[in-house]
Amino acid sequence: MRLKCPLCGDRDAREFHYRGAAKLMERPEAGAGEAAFYDYVYLRENPVGANSELWFHELGCRAWLCVSRDVSSHEILSVELADAVKRGQA
Amino acid sequence: MEKMRYSGFQVLLNGLTGNKGWRPMWRDPTPKSEYDVVIIGGGGHGLATAYYLARKYAITNVAVLERGYLGGGNVGRNTTIVRANYMLEGSSQFYSHSLKLWEGLERELNYNTMLSQRGCLMLGHSDGQMDALARRGNMMRMQGDDAELWGRDETRRHVPYLDFDNARFPIKGGLMHWRGGTARHDAVAWGYARGADRRGVDLIQNCEVTGFRIERGRVLGVETSRGFIGAGKVGVSVAGRSSQVAAMAGLRLPIESHVLQAFVTEGLKPVIDNVISFGMGHFYISQSDKGGLVFGGDLDGYNSYAQRGNLPMAEHVAEAGMALMPMIGKARVLRSWGGIMDMSMGLAHYRQNRH
Ligand SMILES: Cc1cc2nc3c(=O)[nH]c(=O)nc-3n(C[C@H](O)[C@H](O)[C@H](O)COP(=O)(O)OP(=O)(O)OC[C@H]3O[C@@H](n4cnc5c(N)ncnc54)[C@H](O)[C@@H]3O)c2cc1C
Ligand SMILES: [Zn+2]
Repeated sequence: MRLKCPLCGDRDAREFHYRGAAKLMERPEAGAGEAAFYDYVYLRENPVGANSELWFHELGCRAWLCVSRDVSSHEILSVELADAVKRGQA
Repeated sequence: MEKMRYSGFQVLLNGLTGNKGWRPMWRDPTPKSEYDVVIIGGGGHGLATAYYLARKYAITNVAVLERGYLGGGNVGRNTTIVRANYMLEGSSQFYSHSLKLWEGLERELNYNTMLSQRGCLMLGHSDGQMDALARRGNMMRMQGDDAELWGRDETRRHVPYLDFDNARFPIKGGLMHWRGGTARHDAVAWGYARGADRRGVDLIQNCEVTGFRIERGRVLGVETSRGFIGAGKVGVSVAGRSSQVAAMAGLRLPIESHVLQAFVTEGLKPVIDNVISFGMGHFYISQSDKGGLVFGGDLDGYNSYAQRGNLPMAEHVAEAGMALMPMIGKARVLRSWGGIMDMSMGLAHYRQNRH
């Protein structure tokens, strides 16, 4: 697998650290309650096709990336800076 | 269908008569419109569940629905290790019970599962780790399973070919669990399948479950590629596909699917007697009865439904193998493959993973 980092270009997947589902960016408010946090920490869609995930360019620019990846073929569909995605949401 | 008992006499008789007397091991029934219990997934767990429902609880109006062929999932792709050297409450009892089942299984099923209790050795590389192994061994023994703590010399006597003086992970000793070993897992699936079939369970292959019919919170049955099949109760044991199947019933699970790889070399003369696990290198190895070295490592580390992994993990596993037993570098890898595991969010092994 290779990921195209928006800052560094096409790089070997070994430079990156996989963190998990991109929904980790949508942390509930502190008082949101147990159910919301249970959902946030444990429950996952775990889809067969495109999965939205967080990768960290550990051995590169050290940016967090939002990656869309087809988990049945390992094909990378898109890579964006997590920061930009977060701003876009706000 | 005529029921056949396997025995040395049958092997001899059939050998002398051109092997024309063997019968299919199970029927190939068309699904009935309704069952008391429907089990989704014809792997080791689904087939064992069907078998024990019939044998122990006399519930025989049961169907196992398998989308491919029986034993074609993870049960036919693993590294065949069986062991009860776990420690944590809730998990250790499960493995302890499983190992006892393995020990009586060939007789119970009249089927050769090739159980070989050749011993599982866990290596320790520091004083702290040796203390942890001693604690683990004590907990195993308190539970009634076996464990022997070996110092460096004793370990060396048994497995002299390991690199005891590796700079990063010198071997200080190990914990040997003699009752652990290997068993041919797909033979286990077939043995359970045959036993369940004989007790009236319908094993239905090429039958993919595509949905649940649920009314007012009660399941009425499942939609399949071979039509609707009614069911009083439905069990799900679909290994890496659990999220997908549960989603059809409106459930979200605390699970992610990950790929785990395994490797086998060309056949060699007997060299490794036991199962050796080198936890610090995420590496474990044994030698199959055919002579191939069978080994594996850790999960690739990202979500995957592809039944194949990537090269970085293959390289990591090869490096760990070389660090542990440098002679392995001369063996050529014949095949590698991957299977999909349901992993809990803490990456603790969910019940489907027994290695
Ligand atoms: C590389 C690797 C090495 C391993 N090593 C070991 C080891 O050394 N020792 C050990 O004990 N364990 C090991 N394991 C784990 C072990 O293989 C699994 O825990 C076990 O096989 C799971 O059995 P199962 O019956 O739950 O799943 P499976 O055998 O995978 O069976 C699930 C079945 O469900 C079917 N299915 C899925 N979706 C549907 C659907 N919608 N409709 C109908 N059918 C469906 C699949 O086709 C499949 O046949 C290893 C696993 C892997 C991948
Ligand atoms: Zn980068």
